[in-house]
Amino acid sequence: MIKNILRNILGVIIFIILGISLYFVVTKNTFGEDRMVVANHYVDDGIQETGAQNIVTTIVVLYRGFDTLGEVTVLFLAATALGAILFGFVDEKNKMRKKTRSSLIISTTSRYFFPLIILFGTYIFIHGHLTPGGGFPGGVIIATSFLLLFLAYPEMFVSEKKLSISEGTAGMFYVIIGLVGLYLFNNFLQNFLPKGSLGRIVSGGIIPIIYTFIGIKVGAEMAGILRNLKEDKNEA
Amino acid sequence: MNSVIIIIAGIFSLFLIGSVFVAWFTKDLLVAVLASGAISLIASALYLILQAPDVAITEASIGAGLTTGIFVYILKKTERFEK
Repeated sequence: MIKNILRNILGVIIFIILGISLYFVVTKNTFGEDRMVVANHYVDDGIQETGAQNIVTTIVVLYRGFDTLGEVTVLFLAATALGAILFGFVDEKNKMRKKTRSSLIISTTSRYFFPLIILFGTYIFIHGHLTPGGGFPGGVIIATSFLLLFLAYPEMFVSEKKLSISEGTAGMFYVIIGLVGLYLFNNFLQNFLPKGSLGRIVSGGIIPIIYTFIGIKVGAEMAGILRNLKEDKNEA
Repeated sequence: MNSVIIIIAGIFSLFLIGSVFVAWFTKDLLVAVLASGAISLIASALYLILQAPDVAITEASIGAGLTTGIFVYILKKTERFEK
C-alpha cells in the first residue's frame, strides 16, 4: 500500500522535474540559432577544405570519421549478438506451418525490382558526397531488396559465409584507408587524396571510397540479420 | 518559413500523433508494427519539409523500410495479439 503511494509520488516528482527541464530547454535555446564555433566552421569552410558538396557527408566521414567507424562497429556487434541469440533457436510453431509460396504478382515483381533496388542503393552511396544519402541509407536500401526477395521466395537460401566475407572485407578496407592516412599524414582517416573539382563524382578525396565500403558493409550486415531471422535453423 | 509549409507540417504532425495513438492502444501487434512504420514514414516527410534530406532518406529507409520488416519477422516468432 505504502509502496504504491510512494511510487506514485515518485512518478509525479519525476514528471515535474522532466517538465521543468523541458521548459527550460525549449525556452532558453531558440530553435535554429547557431551558437557553436565548430558548427560555423563546418558550414563556412567545409566545402573549400574537403571538396565535397554535401556538408553532412563531410562531417560524417571526414571531421567525425572516427565516430563513424565506431558506429559501424556497433552495428556489427548488434548483428553478431542477434546471430548469437538466434543460434540453435528451433521454432516449433513455424515447423508445423507449411511454407506458403507468395503470389505470382509479388514473385515476378520482386524478381524485376531486386536489381533495380540494388542499383538505387549503390547510386545513393556512391553519390554520398554530392547528394543527400550516404553509406548507411544506401546499405539499408540494398538490404531492403533482400527483404523483398525473402518475402517473395521463402524457400530461397542465401549463404551466410558470402555475406560475412563481403562485410568483413569492407570493414577491413575502411580501417586500412584510415591507416594509410596515419602513415602518410600522421592522422588516422586523414584525407590523403586530392580534392578534385567540386560537384564531380571523383571529388572529395576519400569520401566516396569510404562510403562505398560502409555501404557494402551495412548492406551485408543487414541482409545477414534478415537472413538469420528468416532461417529456422542455423546452417552454414 | 512561409505559412503553407507550416500548414503542411501541421497536417503531417496530426497524422503522426494519430499513428502514435494507434500504435499505443491497439492489441494487435501487427497493427502496432505497421503504425510505427507509418510514424517513420510521416517523420521522414516532415524532415524533408524541414529541409533535412539526409535525415529524411535515412529515416525512410531504416525506420519505415527495414525496421518494419525485422519487426514483422520477429512477430512471426512470438504471438500476434497482446494479452
